[in-house]
Amino acid sequence: MAKVYALWLREFKVFLRERSRLVASTFTPILWLFVIGSGLGSAAPSELPPGVDYQQFIFPGIVSMSIIFTSVFYGSYIIWDRKFDFLKSVMVAPVSRTTVFVGKTLGGMTNSLIQATILLAIGVAMGIPFTPLSLAQAAAVVLLMSFGLTSLGLALGSYMYSLEGFQMIVSFVVFPLFFLSGALFPLDNLPEWLSVLTAADPATYGVDALRNLMLGTGTYGVELDLAILVGYTAALGAFGVYSFGRMKAV
Amino acid sequence: MIKIRSLVKKYGDHIAVDNLTLDINENEVFGLLGSNGAGKTTIIHMLATLLKPSSGSATVNGYDIVCHPAKVRSSIGIVFQAPSSDDMLTGYENLQLHSMLYSIPRHTRKQRIDEVLKLVGLTERRHDQVKTYSGGMRRRLEIARGLLHKPKVMFLDEPTLGLDPASRETMWRYIQRLVREEKMTVILTTHYMEEADILCDRIGIIDKGRIVALDTPKGLKAGLGGDIIRIKTRYNPDKISQLDFVHKVEQSNGFLVLSVNNAKRDLPMLLRHVEAEIVEFASPTLNDVFIHLTGRKMKEEQPEGGFAEKYAKYD
Repeated sequence: MAKVYALWLREFKVFLRERSRLVASTFTPILWLFVIGSGLGSAAPSELPPGVDYQQFIFPGIVSMSIIFTSVFYGSYIIWDRKFDFLKSVMVAPVSRTTVFVGKTLGGMTNSLIQATILLAIGVAMGIPFTPLSLAQAAAVVLLMSFGLTSLGLALGSYMYSLEGFQMIVSFVVFPLFFLSGALFPLDNLPEWLSVLTAADPATYGVDALRNLMLGTGTYGVELDLAILVGYTAALGAFGVYSFGRMKAV
Repeated sequence: MIKIRSLVKKYGDHIAVDNLTLDINENEVFGLLGSNGAGKTTIIHMLATLLKPSSGSATVNGYDIVCHPAKVRSSIGIVFQAPSSDDMLTGYENLQLHSMLYSIPRHTRKQRIDEVLKLVGLTERRHDQVKTYSGGMRRRLEIARGLLHKPKVMFLDEPTLGLDPASRETMWRYIQRLVREEKMTVILTTHYMEEADILCDRIGIIDKGRIVALDTPKGLKAGLGGDIIRIKTRYNPDKISQLDFVHKVEQSNGFLVLSVNNAKRDLPMLLRHVEAEIVEFASPTLNDVFIHLTGRKMKEEQPEGGFAEKYAKYD
């Protein structure tokens, strides 16, 4: 336990010291929220739930976007750790691979939670009808999602040796996860092929859960969302543990 | 302390470590000397449980490196070729992190961190981020980290690679100090002849994954036939060859070339018997030993001047 704490603390300190990282990754979602939210909002699709404008509608989607990007990108830090031999120094210590994985994942979840918290505060200011309970529930969904997606990022990162290689993950994993999640559009009247893809995207259930909690509207209902999310998260966590177990030390 | 038996590491067709058998004693400073790519780091990585051997076995502190990696890891400290601390953390924080990874009890943690910081001379800079450290300081921080849990065995993989000459000599002093104060077995790899000579009790010369020679630095050099003194004198060579410390006298270009065991000790004696116009002496260097054993020079550039010249200058 102390080892997990030690590894997490390192991630947290580094995160706090690299302010530019926080600023940059918080700025992008805000840009989306206000520019895309207002821009597309002026030509809003008629399918939006009653009483919800487009900017409010995409708010849970933008929170999810921040989680998707931060969490999966976080996987690239395992490549940095390898590049700077920090990973080697941890692997040569009497620490199990699972411990390394859990410490690292908690670090990623903390980053995501901090960013989501900033966005949630903006949401409160935007007039999203939060209650203390729904805020706490939303935070729980954020953590669940970011656990799964951080695991995914770290697992993929553990197979890679260059940051350039990780760029591919951005194109082939991060953007599809985001675009297919229903963050920017309602899921109800999609063409068949698209709705199959959105249903397979784990992020879809995070977006839907957040939308249910924040706006009281959604496609699947919060219980189903959570059940599927837990399933995905467990599977991705297991993938992460497995990948770290077979990761080469040198 | 370390027993290596028929250890092999292959990468495809390439044999990095070729059937290595070697014993390293407790509290000994053992040097693995060889050029880049000779297999030194691969050996260290296998002993440190970071790489699995292709075949053969080894024990460190009595624990098998394949069957009991966690026990081996708790017994060893290691300084990698490239510094591996986190730049964004301070020196102190890096040590704190590792003291927790090594399960050093909370109440002794701070005291031990202060001890190792003092040993490597980083106490003043302990609260600065590592990214502000010089190369030599980073290397010393790595040593401090390796020492935290009082390992039985310390691996130093090219501890002075890339350091300027002044930092290198500082580093040597710290390594000698840790050998003296912490009482542990040290295995260091290097391709600097001078470094192996100064620091090691025994040296294994590695070439193409094999040990081609294994002895004390003195023994290795003695294998080449001792030191050489060149003098210009009018004395009779036959009379000089009768002196009991002179093994052999040859004439070359108007000089007499004498073979002796130890030029520094024998030269004053010689001058008591012989009047000379010009005197020069040289010791065989490990470089000479390496060329003798492998038939080629080390790949790396050697610093100007042989070992003997440097010593003649410093004394």
